[in-house]
Amino acid sequence: MPSTITEKILAKAAGEKIVKPGQLIDANIDIVMCHDVTTPPAISMLINEGVDQVFDREKIIVTPDHFQPAKDIKSAELHKRLDEWARRHNIKYYYKLGRAGVCHALLPEQGHIRPGEVIVGGDSHTCTYGAFAAFSTGIGSTDLAAAIATGKLWFKVPASIKFVLNGSLGRGVYSKDVILAIIARIGTDGALYKAMEFTGPALADMSMEARMTITNMAIEAGAKSGIIGFDDITKRYLDEHLKEKKEYTVFESDPDAEYEAVEKFDCSKIEPMVALPSLPSGGVPISQCAGEKMNQAYIGSCTNGRIEDLRIAANIMKGKQVAIRTIVVPATPAIWKQSMDEGLFDIFYDAGCVISAPTCGACLGGFMGILAKGEKCISTTNRNFVGRMGHPESKVYLASPATAAASAIEGKLTDPRKYL
Amino acid sequence: MGKAHVYKRDHINTDEIIPARYLNTDSETELAKHCMEDIDADFVKNVQPGDVIVAGQDFGCGSSREHAVWAIRGAKVQTVIADSFARIFYRNAINCGFYLIELAGATRKINDGDEVNIDYEKGVIENKTTGEKIKFQPLPDFARKIISEGGLLKTIKCKG
Repeated sequence: MPSTITEKILAKAAGEKIVKPGQLIDANIDIVMCHDVTTPPAISMLINEGVDQVFDREKIIVTPDHFQPAKDIKSAELHKRLDEWARRHNIKYYYKLGRAGVCHALLPEQGHIRPGEVIVGGDSHTCTYGAFAAFSTGIGSTDLAAAIATGKLWFKVPASIKFVLNGSLGRGVYSKDVILAIIARIGTDGALYKAMEFTGPALADMSMEARMTITNMAIEAGAKSGIIGFDDITKRYLDEHLKEKKEYTVFESDPDAEYEAVEKFDCSKIEPMVALPSLPSGGVPISQCAGEKMNQAYIGSCTNGRIEDLRIAANIMKGKQVAIRTIVVPATPAIWKQSMDEGLFDIFYDAGCVISAPTCGACLGGFMGILAKGEKCISTTNRNFVGRMGHPESKVYLASPATAAASAIEGKLTDPRKYL
Repeated sequence: MGKAHVYKRDHINTDEIIPARYLNTDSETELAKHCMEDIDADFVKNVQPGDVIVAGQDFGCGSSREHAVWAIRGAKVQTVIADSFARIFYRNAINCGFYLIELAGATRKINDGDEVNIDYEKGVIENKTTGEKIKFQPLPDFARKIISEGGLLKTIKCKG
């Protein structure tokens, strides 16, 4: 019976030979990701239920990131609860103090993501890890509590939609533009409950960092998960990053596997994209919105805060001055250090940017760059919902690091190709 | 019996239901004070225990924050009736024992301010204002089992 990669991974996790879309399964979880907003409530639930236990202290990865370092007293209390719990259970991979980073950048970088595994996390962008040929999905606090205590969760096996990425990306066009174009076509519920499987020749030009930008935003189309098959690029990244457990299982979709739909994209026709407020599906080519004045640029997040993103932004800002508040947030301490070592911080400093410590920060309107009433921000993040980065009447425009950097220089939405 | 608060909009997201600036707490009573704040600042003033929220497609899209369900439950809303729900929100609601109703054309069948009475077992919404009896598909058995046992964590405890 032909199966998709998602069905094969879930079948293995459920101890079944095959599983089919719609089937309810009890799956074994390989990795549980925990951060500072959704984990403390899960901990309290477990304590209240009298099951303050962890299924495996080596399979639960913990990092505070949303309000890291604590932005106020209440978030400090959340961190304290997370810290006491992680210590009480002797969690092996607890990234704290100067090692904490934006979870979806940190876990792959620190070698916790392996193909063929089932990963859940108390964060909607947990779908990011699907870039590594793994099944990965975001869950809420009750699910998280159950996963922490038992290492198992119920799932309905999702149907898959195949996205074939043909052609190659033009100059100044990046994986962010591709995913914004996809979501603009199918809408924010265009893949509701589905697995988005990305395939096609354009992926050969994308690093793992670039691929993670695509799977990161699967949730913005309503998907349960996003997934990309294993290839040499995946292998090279894993060879560099996996530390202790280095073995993994590679699954691939059968050629005659069933898909609910197949969507084809000619990536060579995609322009730099900007998702206009207030939905991630509001993507238009830069040519249709260039010139709109901005008050702030934000370069960071689990979508685009990796070293490659910062290099792209720095390359455009080199020797230039920014015209608006520009906040650069390396997603992890290792990315932060590498940026400094490579001289990117000099470029950002000279251009007039603020460089922050790793944090989710202003992406979700937490801190470190909140918008006032009526302000507009060009941002490399993943959501432009009403009030996302501050006042309900502020506005967020989503784009690639290149478009954000070019727009920072001019203080208005700008086509990055003029700076390349 | 409860009054309907109708939002004729699709994609009402978790940032509107409970803005992230309030996620520094997980207290249901605290969260309830800001329920629906960024879509309707007066909601908290107007809502009464037992009221229902009615909306279009993809309600609850966005973040995985269960705080969105807690804020609504904390505001003593009995259920949300929508054309469709975003996946994580739907799952979170079931897991913490909060009933949701999927109803095609919800915002056409129920008007703002209508009084409704809901039979969750039979799958009938009685619109007392219009007199209409609206049928809906009750949640699947496994979901009702989780809700009737008081949420996912209780079922884990049952299993030992």
